[in-house]
Amino acid sequence: MSVATQREQVDPRATRELVRATDLVKHFPITLGVVVRRQVAAVHAVDGVSFSIRKGETLGLVGESGSGKSTTARLVLRLLEPTSGRVELEGQDITAASGAKLRQARQEMQMIFQDPYASLDPRMTVRDIVGEPLVVWGRWRKGGAAQVAELLERVGLNPDHANRFPHEFSGGQRQRIGIARALALRPKLIVCDEPVSALDVSVRAQILNLLANLQRDFDLTYLFISHDLSVVRQVADRVAVMYLGKVMEVGTREELYRQPLHPYTQALVSAVPIPDPTLERQRKRIVLGGEIPSPTDPPSGCRFRTRCFKAQQICAEQEPELADRGHGHPAACHFAEPLELIP
Amino acid sequence: MTAERAPALPPFAPEPAGDVVLEVEDLKTVFRTEAGIVHAVDGVSFAVGAGEVLAIVGESGCGKTVTALSIMGLIQAPAGRITSGSIRYRGKDLLKIHPDERRAIRGDRIAMIFQDPLTALNPVHRVGAQIAEQIEAHRDVPGSEAWNRAVDLLKLVGIPNAAERARNYPHHFSGGMRQRVMIAMAISLDPELLIADEPTTALDVTVQAQILRVLLDVQQRFGMAIVLITHDLGVVAGVADRVMVMYAGKQVERADVHTLYGNPKHPYTWGLLGSTTRVDQPRLDQLAQIPGAPPSLLAPPPACRFAPRCAWAQAICREEYPELREVAEPDHIAACHFVDLDDWGPGRPAADLVRRTEEVT
Repeated sequence: MSVATQREQVDPRATRELVRATDLVKHFPITLGVVVRRQVAAVHAVDGVSFSIRKGETLGLVGESGSGKSTTARLVLRLLEPTSGRVELEGQDITAASGAKLRQARQEMQMIFQDPYASLDPRMTVRDIVGEPLVVWGRWRKGGAAQVAELLERVGLNPDHANRFPHEFSGGQRQRIGIARALALRPKLIVCDEPVSALDVSVRAQILNLLANLQRDFDLTYLFISHDLSVVRQVADRVAVMYLGKVMEVGTREELYRQPLHPYTQALVSAVPIPDPTLERQRKRIVLGGEIPSPTDPPSGCRFRTRCFKAQQICAEQEPELADRGHGHPAACHFAEPLELIP
Repeated sequence: MTAERAPALPPFAPEPAGDVVLEVEDLKTVFRTEAGIVHAVDGVSFAVGAGEVLAIVGESGCGKTVTALSIMGLIQAPAGRITSGSIRYRGKDLLKIHPDERRAIRGDRIAMIFQDPLTALNPVHRVGAQIAEQIEAHRDVPGSEAWNRAVDLLKLVGIPNAAERARNYPHHFSGGMRQRVMIAMAISLDPELLIADEPTTALDVTVQAQILRVLLDVQQRFGMAIVLITHDLGVVAGVADRVMVMYAGKQVERADVHTLYGNPKHPYTWGLLGSTTRVDQPRLDQLAQIPGAPPSLLAPPPACRFAPRCAWAQAICREEYPELREVAEPDHIAACHFVDLDDWGPGRPAADLVRRTEEVT
């Protein structure tokens, strides 16, 4: 409790930014032809996304599948080259960085993946998996084995099991292995891409608690991607809502869940199931029609207008800016207005 | 009536309201593997009444899907086998009838929806034809009539331009639309029981809301019983009438939905509810968590299967299997040695429980 409260009380201008993404764009070309390749269209996966993450903070990135969350994360890590826009890590532009500078930046940023089965090499022992980053960065000789043992212990695994293989572990334990690997280089930023989506409820709580403890102990900053709004509320200090490659709304956890402004955020919040039969059957619900449109040919103006219950003529003509319209936090909607949805 | 019930528990209590469509009694399904015999479902009994939604909740590997497949008669021999028990549809034991008779019931009177609609649909046939095929297989109708019925069904589950869309192939549909097609197919013969196995798990939350609404709409329209299998306690809270919680192949608790959420009696149910992230309660820095992981069903714990993970486990929990017992309130059963203890719950120190246990025993 105290940790989170303290963090919120710190003046945001006084805390330093760890990551700043400015106007990130990623278009994947769709080509036709074999001999003469020509681009016929592009998937607008990420289309002008800006955000910053302060040190020690967790930024939650939510949205439906196809909203561009994972692409955004990969752009931040520079696993993908952006079509345009820039990413800064501690004030240093890493978009154009190469060689030693890029390698330095890469050590500071790690990732935890969704699928604990696919993200671990089945033919490597746990020691090799967790120790691999140390080997790659030439840090193994300085007591690598001891470090691996310590990391395993830290994530709640028995260090004596270091020479076992991934298949000998349950899903939750494998996710712990993935977390230990991400921690090995003592990074500043960890991108968590749906880290608990594949896990059972009881194990999910263990991993969420572990991530919270590690953040406190290692002073970590998280970019936490999830489609599950209840999970994001548990871990994130601030939340950005994405839809079809754009950020629709950004706010603190409290603002976003108590007073969502954007109709899309409101629909998402109202659709999160609440494990209380009385509440769940009485609450106000916004059921959206249709599904997320194709990112190859996004709608004109506001991208959400085709599913929006507030859409007017202006929404088709003019794209709403992500701006604070006097409600305390920014939302990209011409008709942004707070709506209380959680009883 | 409930208060006078003898301690020996009637197998189906709590009884469903209305007339009983399906009764499962002491169902045991095993799978032979290289490592040994997996007791996937180990003595599960329940009943489903017409027009009700019974949710089966539990984590992966608890036996909920195997229960459904056993009812459908889709357990693959020789690896899988139902070793005991009965599954009675309208009083007729599905395990004893001729395979032809069973085939006539499957898909017709009892239908099923699967989690992943893409693998459940045939990729090389038009969706309309797939629905029509099922109708023709079970009813003596001309092809054109079956096709028209398929189009009507697609319309009913909310697919726009149904007449046109019926001519499309599954890959032309999005995940949510495919699940609608699956629902249309499942209800095409007006079944009395619909088994929905994680029907919304693969879908986005806004689409999930749409699909659940479609399911409840068709249920109200046709009055069928639904067995909803899910791990999501939020979804259950919204749609179920009664809930059955499974753990490691056993049923650990069953009650009507309000009782189960308001007054859960089994420590596993508490654990599940406590570890669920929820948006309606003040946020806690740490979630309640159940330590460890579910046991291997090759060699499950000998007595209470939850004992190794239970913060309140006593010596008796490791020695004696707790049978399902009735809790003080009606229509509520739980398989825990300590169901009769009042107001001890998550957060209560174990020492306190020990003291209370001594008082009772």
